[in-house]
Amino acid sequence: MQFGKAVVKKNHLIKVLVSLLTFVGAPTSTLAGSEDLVVEGAWARASIGTSRPGAAYMTIRNTGDTPVTIVGLATPIALMSEIHETRTNAEGVSSMSSAGEITIEPGQNVALEPGGLHAMLMRLQAPMQEGESFPLTLKFDNGSTVEIVVPILGIAARGPSE
Amino acid sequence: MRRRTILGYAVAGAGALASVLLFGWWQVDGPGAPESTGLLPLDLSVMDFSLTDHEGNEVGPESLIGRPSMVFFGFTYCPDVCPTTLSDISGWLDELGDDATEMNVVFITVDPARDTVETMEEYVSYFHSAIRGWTGAQDQIAQAVRGFRASYERVPTKSGDYTMNHTASVFLFDRSGRFVSMIDYHEPREFAVPKIRRALEEES
Repeated sequence: MQFGKAVVKKNHLIKVLVSLLTFVGAPTSTLAGSEDLVVEGAWARASIGTSRPGAAYMTIRNTGDTPVTIVGLATPIALMSEIHETRTNAEGVSSMSSAGEITIEPGQNVALEPGGLHAMLMRLQAPMQEGESFPLTLKFDNGSTVEIVVPILGIAARGPSE
Repeated sequence: MRRRTILGYAVAGAGALASVLLFGWWQVDGPGAPESTGLLPLDLSVMDFSLTDHEGNEVGPESLIGRPSMVFFGFTYCPDVCPTTLSDISGWLDELGDDATEMNVVFITVDPARDTVETMEEYVSYFHSAIRGWTGAQDQIAQAVRGFRASYERVPTKSGDYTMNHTASVFLFDRSGRFVSMIDYHEPREFAVPKIRRALEEES
């Protein structure tokens, strides 16, 4: 949203449109739950081209007093995105599959981090380049959505602090 | 007549015992044994496979003997575990500093269909410069995986592609090629670096 605002400053008509859109979009954020969901520390790994799936990580905190379930992800940079989980069995074999719906209890958080849960971005529409960022929308079972901007770090990155 | 009956029973009993033993052997040690569960990797000196490294050199287990080695499996289309493992290893190597330069660090792909020599070359360039990428023919990859008592499996995905399940442990060998230990995926870094040092210091 911030990017959008900076670009349209010159054009008054678009500015009006943006405020209209903001107004239309407003009820979403006033729904119970949306303001209770805090997404922190989001980052993604740069991709090599577009043929490989990308991965994004973050922590989602439920500061409200009712459980909330993540029901979907959406981003313009990938045709399909969903939360996947890497599991490693007793023989040391790692496998990856859809994590299904993830419920966050009140006061709890769920961490999407390397080697565990991750937002899997499939069929990339553009390469994920280090230093750039992309929008990602998280959809919840109470109808609320949270849109975040995910910075893209290097392929070898382990997290935003490094 | 009675003696023959007794003999008959004895023969039948011995036969039954033999089949039980044979069945047991078949399941535990024989061809019926479950592959690569709980078994330790072979020593590099008795492994046999031939692959190509990311610079196009012919390589095999014998190329690793003479220096301590760290070997692991993965594939470059892997979005989570493999880049994490490679960046963990890069971090361990940074921590080891100069000691790391006398080590072989090898990433063997389990997906040679997509991971060509050129793909491996580009991929390893994003990580610590000591990491070598090996690929090759399917049967040679399979042979290498068997030697390490590791496993891998191709799994189709919803998006129409496929992913690979694979052993994510890092295998450590001393300079003579003897298996020393392995670092399991998710093992804290405090355990990993001392294990690598042990492989580096092992004299044999």
